Amino acid sequence: MIKTVSKNGKIMAKTGNEAIAEAMRQIEPDVVAAYPITPATEIVQIFSQFVSDGIVKSKYIAVESEHSALSATIAASAAGSRAMTGTSSQGLCYMSEMLYIASGLRLPIVMTDVNRAISAPINIHADHSDTMSVRDSGWIQIYSENSQDAYDNIIQAVKIAERAMLPVIVTMDGFIISHCMEVVEVYRDIDVKKFVGIYKPKRYLLDIKNPYTLGSIDLQDYYFEHRYQLAKAVVDSKKIILDVAEEFKELFGREYDLCEKYMIDDAEIAMIVLGSTAGTIKDEIKKIREEGIKIGLLKIRIYRPFPVEQVVENLKNIKVVAVMDRSDSCSGAFSPLYSDVVSSLYSHGIIDIKVVNYIYGLGGREINNLHIKNICDDLNKILLGIEKQPYEVKYVNIRKK
Amino acid sequence: MFKEMIEIRWHGRGGQGTKTAALLFAEVSLGIGKYIQAFPEYGPERMGAPVQAFNRISNYPITIHSGITNPDYVVVLDSSIIDSVSIDAGIYYSSKIIVNTSLSVMEISKQININPEQLYVVNATKIALEFIGRNIPNMPMFGALTKIINILDINDVLSIVERKIIKKFRHKPEVIKGNLISIKRAFDEVKN
Repeated sequence: MIKTVSKNGKIMAKTGNEAIAEAMRQIEPDVVAAYPITPATEIVQIFSQFVSDGIVKSKYIAVESEHSALSATIAASAAGSRAMTGTSSQGLCYMSEMLYIASGLRLPIVMTDVNRAISAPINIHADHSDTMSVRDSGWIQIYSENSQDAYDNIIQAVKIAERAMLPVIVTMDGFIISHCMEVVEVYRDIDVKKFVGIYKPKRYLLDIKNPYTLGSIDLQDYYFEHRYQLAKAVVDSKKIILDVAEEFKELFGREYDLCEKYMIDDAEIAMIVLGSTAGTIKDEIKKIREEGIKIGLLKIRIYRPFPVEQVVENLKNIKVVAVMDRSDSCSGAFSPLYSDVVSSLYSHGIIDIKVVNYIYGLGGREINNLHIKNICDDLNKILLGIEKQPYEVKYVNIRKK
Repeated sequence: MFKEMIEIRWHGRGGQGTKTAALLFAEVSLGIGKYIQAFPEYGPERMGAPVQAFNRISNYPITIHSGITNPDYVVVLDSSIIDSVSIDAGIYYSSKIIVNTSLSVMEISKQININPEQLYVVNATKIALEFIGRNIPNMPMFGALTKIINILDINDVLSIVERKIIKKFRHKPEVIKGNLISIKRAFDEVKN
């Protein structure tokens, strides 16, 4: 039988969506407002069933759009309640105006985004275009490799959000994780409830004894300071994220960090990636290592705030790196993760490392061991000086004609 | 002999319980201590349209998250899709294909040009009609796969399946019994 990591954990078969809904049942937020969208629909479908069956005491608000879903969540959070929502793709785009309001008002909302491509052309499958389009909105972004990550991340997100006074998005790849049944260790309700604790906001609008104004106009004299405070809070949340991870490990036994290192300590070439492809890369790295090639992986778990120091620390001795982006900025320059990695390195004076940008998997395009092996071969050729570092973005598994 | 990881592809038509069979196969395998994955292929979902679902079963944690291109086992719930879907895509010399059909291995082998030694047949439709009362061949094909894959004990399978479906059909005990009998019947009847 499969052993649990946590003493009181229970091994179950769950899809990513089921794992998130299970965590939400255990967290039992005061308010959930959401609008269904493929492939995130099951989360709110299952959770609303918990509400109507009386399994949770949460208030569920069925709204007519994602803009309203986040607006209602913002209002609930400002009023003083623990509030959550979930969406995907077009839904996240439609929320985008309100995303900035949630972070600007410093409301600790927790949302799941099931990563899905953005229209047009219409497509329901995984890529990171949706969350990348809101990467500068002041929300913490946590990417999940598998259903266990998604479950663990959403539980930690509640605590991170409330301590940092920042909203948090937890992501997982659409269908690849959201609809894939896997082994998930689920913790006891009592332990999850103990971990997230009771939400005690410092101040809230329904505290009628201590009235205050929220969302007032803020012009040349103070807007800049408030935006600076937001940016600083995002940077400072790294410490909070690590503290929460430590507390999580104490109670449940699983270790989390800003990044996850895989065979990178002695590596000469490395890959950097977000989300489910990290697992496929790990599988391929095990095989490539048997050929004597020193390759490693750095999985970015926390994309916002970007773990600049950890990226620098782990890459400083690497010769050639592939930065794998599952979104395309259409910028004429490079894609989001690549830009963040390279500016982290350059700002720390690390300039003699060859970094190649690969874009893969848009709209759910297959990325498998063979593609990863090919990228490894490319990197190895650059390492050995057989080929030069390309100056432009490389596209994986694409027809160019 | 248990390979490090077994990969399975299920073919059926929308409404035949293809995805349900893959999910249940994963749950049963987890029940005996295997690491599992079960995932459907998502296209436009319509009753009757060809659909696929997949399983990975392993003794070790499964980190891979890509599609399955070279399945070890292929389970075909509806032989009428053979004309329009390449059920032999990506198969290799030791892959095994199990087809729901009233035809013989030799007849199917000619139809899809596959080595008859890799083919197994069972009349799951007949079994489903007889014991479940509807043409939902997923449970009998589940039983046939259990036999051919030979990593699960049929009695474990029957007791885990009973536990899983008892909630869903608590008002229809005869359906539970019919499903279990059909699994066992196909387990006994599937042949090369």
